[in-house]
Amino acid sequence: MGTETVHALREVSLEIAKGEYVAIMGPSGSGKSTLMNLLGCLDSPSGGSYELNGNRVSEMNDNQLAEIRNREIGFIFQTFNLLPRSDALRNVELPLVYAGVSPSQRRKAALDTLASVGLAERVHHKPNELSGGQRQRVAVARALVNRPSILLADEPTGNLDSKTGAEIMALFENLANQGNTIIVVTHEEAIARQSRRIIRIRDGLIASDERIR
Amino acid sequence: MNLFTELREGLSISWSAIRANKLRSALTTLGIVIGIVTVTLMGTAIQGLNSSFVQSVSSIGADVLFVDRRNWINQSAQDWIQGQKRPPLTLAMADGLARQLTMASAIAPVADDNADVKYKKRRSSSVEIIGTTENYEITMGLTVETGRFMTAGECSGGRPVCVLGAMAATNLFQGESPLGEKIMIGQHQFEVVGVLEKLGGMAGNGGVDDQIMIPLPQFTQNLDHNPDYEMQIKISHVEQMEDAVEEVRVVMRRLRQLPPGTPDNFAINQQDQFLKLFHQLAGTIGGVGLFITGLSLFVGGIGIMNIMFVSVAERTREIGVRKAIGAKRRTILLQFLIEAASICLLGGLIALAIAWPATLLLNKVMPSSLSLGIVGVALLVSLVTGVLSGFFPAWRAARMNPVDALRNE
Repeated sequence: MGTETVHALREVSLEIAKGEYVAIMGPSGSGKSTLMNLLGCLDSPSGGSYELNGNRVSEMNDNQLAEIRNREIGFIFQTFNLLPRSDALRNVELPLVYAGVSPSQRRKAALDTLASVGLAERVHHKPNELSGGQRQRVAVARALVNRPSILLADEPTGNLDSKTGAEIMALFENLANQGNTIIVVTHEEAIARQSRRIIRIRDGLIASDERIR
Repeated sequence: MNLFTELREGLSISWSAIRANKLRSALTTLGIVIGIVTVTLMGTAIQGLNSSFVQSVSSIGADVLFVDRRNWINQSAQDWIQGQKRPPLTLAMADGLARQLTMASAIAPVADDNADVKYKKRRSSSVEIIGTTENYEITMGLTVETGRFMTAGECSGGRPVCVLGAMAATNLFQGESPLGEKIMIGQHQFEVVGVLEKLGGMAGNGGVDDQIMIPLPQFTQNLDHNPDYEMQIKISHVEQMEDAVEEVRVVMRRLRQLPPGTPDNFAINQQDQFLKLFHQLAGTIGGVGLFITGLSLFVGGIGIMNIMFVSVAERTREIGVRKAIGAKRRTILLQFLIEAASICLLGGLIALAIAWPATLLLNKVMPSSLSLGIVGVALLVSLVTGVLSGFFPAWRAARMNPVDALRNE
């Protein structure tokens, strides 16, 4: 019946350098989610190639993708996606658990990272004991904790009020200044404006790619 | 991440998952608990039955041959009919055997019957009356607790004396001292000269414990003039058992005056025949019993599988997050396998905690104890049940696509 192959992205050619702070914009259905899934190594492209930090991701199998995600990508989701039964510390430790870091080392790294996002006092709180802004900070700490090549944020302020949203964006600005590579996927112009390069996607194609700062 | 860390992480994750759904976990565990309890009790009961049987049979001793008219174990109805047609063994044969056998250390002719036994007002009808000689003490390997066994003089002269099995003594005398007392067997009075030590054994069948022994002449005079004798022959050296059986056969054929080429018209029984048959039977009963109880375990396992599917579906998003963060298929698989195995193992432990006092209760009916082997098997079975029933749901979780899993609400 409805088995018609839809290519969400076509002929997208894109290069993002280390240390860039990029916003990817586009209306829903434009293919920006697909692009994000590809960039985040959550999905493999049906055609074409993707190279991340010297790794040819497009040819990897499931387990290799998991390893790459663990090592190279830090995800920040619109709905935070913290594990509800685990406290902040445990949530931030999780990527290090999968990386095989020893308990004492990962505890120290997680505590340091939580402190760097301003949550040193909240490490033993569970997600439902934290405010939305605090939850997103935990998520940022989790994304940062094993020093990934890319911070990939999907509508990071979508579930926050404008004040806390601004706080998170200030945090991103800070991280960008420290040399982190950040990719923010958003449909909000105001959020995109805070990055340094805006890539607009429309109908599976790159409509524009401009440096703004 | 190495396997050890994965196991430890899996354990802590599954523990928090189990605690997060206490009621659900408890109900699921209940299925496994019931399964393991029944399997454990069944295993214990079979073991108890086996050991009590072996105990009661081997108390007779492996070095005794029983010459009877018939085989103890008939392969067919024809065998039985043929056995029925054979002429009975006579008392003269006992003398003949005693004279001619070189490898026997004791020979006791034995006749048995049931008769009413009375002491004062107390009456017992389930008692087996054994007419025999002083050698019965040797062939049956009996130990006298109080008094003495019948003497050779009593057994040939026929003084009305009797020796009581332990259970027969307790039933009739209920704590009073039986020595020197007179009891009525049928219409005749017998003086108690000894009581035997308790042998124990099968429930419901005391064996020697429920017997009363009297001299053979008394037996033929008062109970049965023409009994069907059994010859109990104790062999001097157990290692010469096969030769002894052959010697007994030759002597018996001579006494029966059988021409060469005709089949034996008597049977030489040994208790190992009996044991073999019993083990065969016990194996069948045990197999069927374990199969039936295993079914309840199977149902418990299905419950686990069901709940694990629910758990995986509920935590689709969590699985997506874990995968996005770097969990491999194996890690997710292991996480859910460990969760299922933990629930089952927990069930196994609870089941053992229930089964242990239950075996103590069971011990009142039949000898039984929770052996270390059964404990090990029970825990192993619960672990395997968990892994088997958890595998399918865990596999589904492990194969999830992270993009779809993250999108799940």
